[in-house]
Amino acid sequence: MMHIIMPGLQTLVQDSGRDGYYALGMPPAGALDQRSYTLGNMLVGNDPRAASLEFAFMGPAIQFQSDTVIAVTGAEVTALIDGEPQPMWASVPIKKGQTLSFGPMTRGSRGYIALRGGVDVPKLLGSRSTYQTVQFGGHMGRALKPGDVLPIGTQIHSEDGHGDRIRELDPKYLPSLDSSADLAVVIGLANYRFTPESVQLFFEANFTVSHEANRTAYRLIGPALEFVERDVPFGAGSDPSNVVNLGYPLGSIQIPSGSEPICLLRDAVTGGGYVTFGTIISTDLDALAQLKTPDTVTFNSVSVTEAHAKRRHAHNELAQIAKSLEYPWVFGAEREETP
Amino acid sequence: MTEMYRQLSGGGRLSFGGDEFIFVELSEEMRIQQALTIQTLARTLTAMNLPGVTDVCPAHASYMIRYTPERVNLPELLATIQEVHEEMVTGRPATINTCIVDVPVYYNDPWTRETLMKFRDRHQDPSSTDIEYAARVNGFESIDELIAAHTRHPFLVTFMNFVPGNAESVQLVPRDLQIEVPKYKSPRTETPSRAVGHGGAFANIYPSAGAGGVQLLGRTPINVVDMAQTRADFRERPVLLPAGTLVSFRAISEAEYFDIRAAVEADEYRVRIADIEFSVGKHIEDWEGYNDELLEALQ
Repeated sequence: MMHIIMPGLQTLVQDSGRDGYYALGMPPAGALDQRSYTLGNMLVGNDPRAASLEFAFMGPAIQFQSDTVIAVTGAEVTALIDGEPQPMWASVPIKKGQTLSFGPMTRGSRGYIALRGGVDVPKLLGSRSTYQTVQFGGHMGRALKPGDVLPIGTQIHSEDGHGDRIRELDPKYLPSLDSSADLAVVIGLANYRFTPESVQLFFEANFTVSHEANRTAYRLIGPALEFVERDVPFGAGSDPSNVVNLGYPLGSIQIPSGSEPICLLRDAVTGGGYVTFGTIISTDLDALAQLKTPDTVTFNSVSVTEAHAKRRHAHNELAQIAKSLEYPWVFGAEREETP
Repeated sequence: MTEMYRQLSGGGRLSFGGDEFIFVELSEEMRIQQALTIQTLARTLTAMNLPGVTDVCPAHASYMIRYTPERVNLPELLATIQEVHEEMVTGRPATINTCIVDVPVYYNDPWTRETLMKFRDRHQDPSSTDIEYAARVNGFESIDELIAAHTRHPFLVTFMNFVPGNAESVQLVPRDLQIEVPKYKSPRTETPSRAVGHGGAFANIYPSAGAGGVQLLGRTPINVVDMAQTRADFRERPVLLPAGTLVSFRAISEAEYFDIRAAVEADEYRVRIADIEFSVGKHIEDWEGYNDELLEALQ
């Protein structure tokens, strides 16, 4: 059991996401920085889909009521056990009665706490993720509050025989957590609405992350883009940036009125009537989720073939890490349904 | 930059949404027959249980597919989509096994009226209510005429999006008879739960209270979503009106609204639903007669 003394700014139970419900209007939710989340589970020997805690900007204070092993990953932050600094990106034993707390976050914006066994909340529609918009999943569908008590589960990797030994990530695998990110975008969707000059401008511009940057979306500030002239199609709104309501892929970029692109993340609405420019590839969403205002973003254009090559590269790296940690990770297993 | 669109034979353009999504747009405008084609297409693709495909999501004029690249041979998946797409777009009109759902509505109700009066400064016509405005811009003499038109013919849910349970539907009537009304100039920050809205040519029911930008016509006493699936009408799925469902709006009085709402809260009300076979061909032949036939299923 864990007793939440202070919840931090926003601490949520998250996992790899609730996939398969776009047709019902439900986005996947799940950890925004999937790589850091996955590495946390590897470090503590968990099932790859085990539920962890995601905290934004300020970490929680948690008293443990049983012995376990934790790993803190994601944003750079000082993790403390009973006030003593602990290494990040490593498995750390914590004893019954001890308190985990955090110093200030120095780089990045989202941290993850993996615990051996995972957070034991009900699995709803295949996932333990919190989807706050409709108060669904996680711990009572909401961010943690002082006084919450969360049980620790048994979501341990079935083939991971020595989960209690200390594991530590080779520093060469640490995320950059820079205050700027260059993100790969596959253009398409309703991109035809933009003039070719505007499409080019988008890839040359520097964007700044605005204050509106949360689990639903990151709004960016940058140059105004222009639209191709048209007769308004039946069913679309009259603004040049309106389209007949269409689906928004995870990572897609909508640009209402041609200014301030909105990058849609894991809690985003699943569709709407604003023009979509293209889609940030899934492996680059981790870096985006670690940015905060006034960090900067640039975009580079990739084909779907290049996007898949980047994805393979990221997965191969995870496989290498798993090997170095002696963790029995299987390629793509984080998407497998586990009973 | 590479070619971002592939033209599909039969009409439509395909593009990629990053590394996990495929997006197909049949055209830029809303058309009833096209929307029906998309529903049959999505049902066919879903029923194929394609390995590695996690989502098939139909929308008004487009559809979206999510897949896991590691489990998919992309050229093969694209070939399958192309094949089904062409067959559905150019083939004989299909038949959809679906259902028609009775949705009682208290039009011009006090709750939506109270809410919308707070946001007159964001409205095209601050001096009238949403339903008065919707009636006027559609050439109706009174709100009763608008209500008569809204309840006369069934709607087809063509896209569930935004939040779970939000079913956007279009009335199965020719374009010149469709009720069309602009959205608010700027969205409201409040909408009562279960408000029945209309924006553009689309009707929707707000599953829960929240922000919103379409005109508010009334409120239904029935729930359209139950994520926990504890209520009898939601045991099989958490939403009442998934895409492809037909909706028949029915005007009720204030007294009926309170009666039904009380029964819903006690989980004693059962939504009236009838299974139907919707023939796209029959609808093309005689939309008016066929709509009446469909509505009879609820009698």
